[in-house]
Amino acid sequence: MHLEYTVIEGDFVNAGSASSAIKKTLKQLNVNPSIVKRVVVALYEAEVNAIAHAYGGVVTADIDAGKILLRVIDKGPGIPDIDWAMQEGNSTASPEVRNMGFGAGMGLPNIKKNVDRLNVQSTVGVGTTVEMEVNLS
Amino acid sequence: MAFFHALQINENVCEGCSHCMRVCPTEAIRVRDGKAHINEDRCIDCGHCFIACPHKAVFVKQDDFEEIFKYPCRVALVPAVFLGQFKEEISVSRIYAILNEIGFQHVIETEITTPLYTEKKNQLEREGNNKPLISSFCPAIVRLIQVKFPGLVENIMPVKAPLDITAMYIRRKLEKDGWRPEDIGVFYVTPCAAKIAAVKSPVGEEKSSVDGVINMDSLYNRVYKKIKEQGHDYKEVKLPIAQLTSDSILTSLTNGERRLSIAEHSLSIDGIDNVIEFLEKVENDEIEDVDFLELRACDQSCPGGILTYNNRFLTCERMFNRARYVAGKERRGELTRAKEVEDEHDYLFANISVDEVEPRSISLDPDISKALEKMNKIKELERLLPQIDCGICGAPSCDALAEDIVCRGCKLSDCIFIQRNMEAHKTQKVEESLKTMESIWGYEKIENFVKNK
Repeated sequence: MHLEYTVIEGDFVNAGSASSAIKKTLKQLNVNPSIVKRVVVALYEAEVNAIAHAYGGVVTADIDAGKILLRVIDKGPGIPDIDWAMQEGNSTASPEVRNMGFGAGMGLPNIKKNVDRLNVQSTVGVGTTVEMEVNLS
Repeated sequence: MAFFHALQINENVCEGCSHCMRVCPTEAIRVRDGKAHINEDRCIDCGHCFIACPHKAVFVKQDDFEEIFKYPCRVALVPAVFLGQFKEEISVSRIYAILNEIGFQHVIETEITTPLYTEKKNQLEREGNNKPLISSFCPAIVRLIQVKFPGLVENIMPVKAPLDITAMYIRRKLEKDGWRPEDIGVFYVTPCAAKIAAVKSPVGEEKSSVDGVINMDSLYNRVYKKIKEQGHDYKEVKLPIAQLTSDSILTSLTNGERRLSIAEHSLSIDGIDNVIEFLEKVENDEIEDVDFLELRACDQSCPGGILTYNNRFLTCERMFNRARYVAGKERRGELTRAKEVEDEHDYLFANISVDEVEPRSISLDPDISKALEKMNKIKELERLLPQIDCGICGAPSCDALAEDIVCRGCKLSDCIFIQRNMEAHKTQKVEESLKTMESIWGYEKIENFVKNK
């Protein structure tokens, strides 16, 4: 099954709508609640990242009986140093974003904790694709 | 596994008007053959259907009052909300006397053991596992979480509600007084349907200590009749045990638990739609740093229970006044503490926990591949349906119909738009459409409103 949602830059008000919809689907599929929770936490985080740091993008989910593959594909600006961004506490968030309670530098590390496979591809000036896979059983 | 439900539909009275179907928070109701039907796996006994029904076809099953006389030793377990049903000039001790007169040798207020409940709750708050801790006080909320938020069941505190702790206490006390366990009948006077379900099929424990349930509205009638008969010629009894503390009186009101919370961040939310809205956010992990949640299904909590008589705001006011009066006594050191309950503290505290609550999943199929297959079909169907949720198919929404087609043998042509489409393309005759409408709304409605000139 393939699902797709749009993410708009700076639209914190609607952050979590993709993870909410995907959560509903996984619940109907009888996926173990603790796995659903990991998916939701990781995707919400990635969604907020795309809203806070990128010029918007798209969330896709592909579900089969064994796993869910999530992609958050944004339209830039891209991450210059992925290894640096993966470390807890490192953040490039603007003061405005921090004032809204985001930007603590826990985004990518928190995602990593919750998924079974994580792949971040980024080209500066083009965009970032965060690919997350979670086993469903 | 079958779940006991107190809410039932009287098919002789039901007109199949679908008011109940439209308000059910778990989409548990469908109309078929001109009658409403409740899906027992989804129903959480919240009582929204009971309130919405214009024909009083939804009723709350209760035990026959005469049942109490099977037991030589009869206890009425009465929540503070019951006393809040009456005008202030009718004293608590007068109501106690009437309850004695109609058959209960013992009357005990449900909230007498709430200090223990609060103590356990605060202990769990301190331990701080599974934040936010969710109160187990309201059984409709426990059931809502089981059905709709399975990921949050481990946040529900595994603690008996005050009604069960008090039932356990009074049994123990009466057994110590020499009564045989089988001779003691404990009857709870319930303000709502969910508490009946909680007694008949408890969550997280084998059997409840309560033997039967009496609906608050029917007991109100019995008591009020006596009050009318008595006029000015009545007696009052000396209250048998110590009175409730002001804190205990307020427990069943909104904020009743929260105001005693030791946590830094706690919320209290009443009304099932408000609760659902908030739990969606909790489940998405969008809510941070909330330690304790007091959630109640009814507006104004228990005073808003569907089996209460008095207006819920007036009940709250009376209960507040009672608490204020007691608080004055507390300040002056005049309140008799519930020493008999305190003496049993260790026994009750040792038996206060229940097993962790299990989810009651309403997934499409236990097998994930089959569930996925079904979901793909549902998504396809959803695109074919008009998405206006008119309810004419007998389901509360287009999405619910799509699911019913895949899982419960409904037809796409149950949708009135699809029927028109098929008639326009001459793939279905008008007569066939009418047959379908008849299978949903019943022979009479189609005869009276469609076929009749």
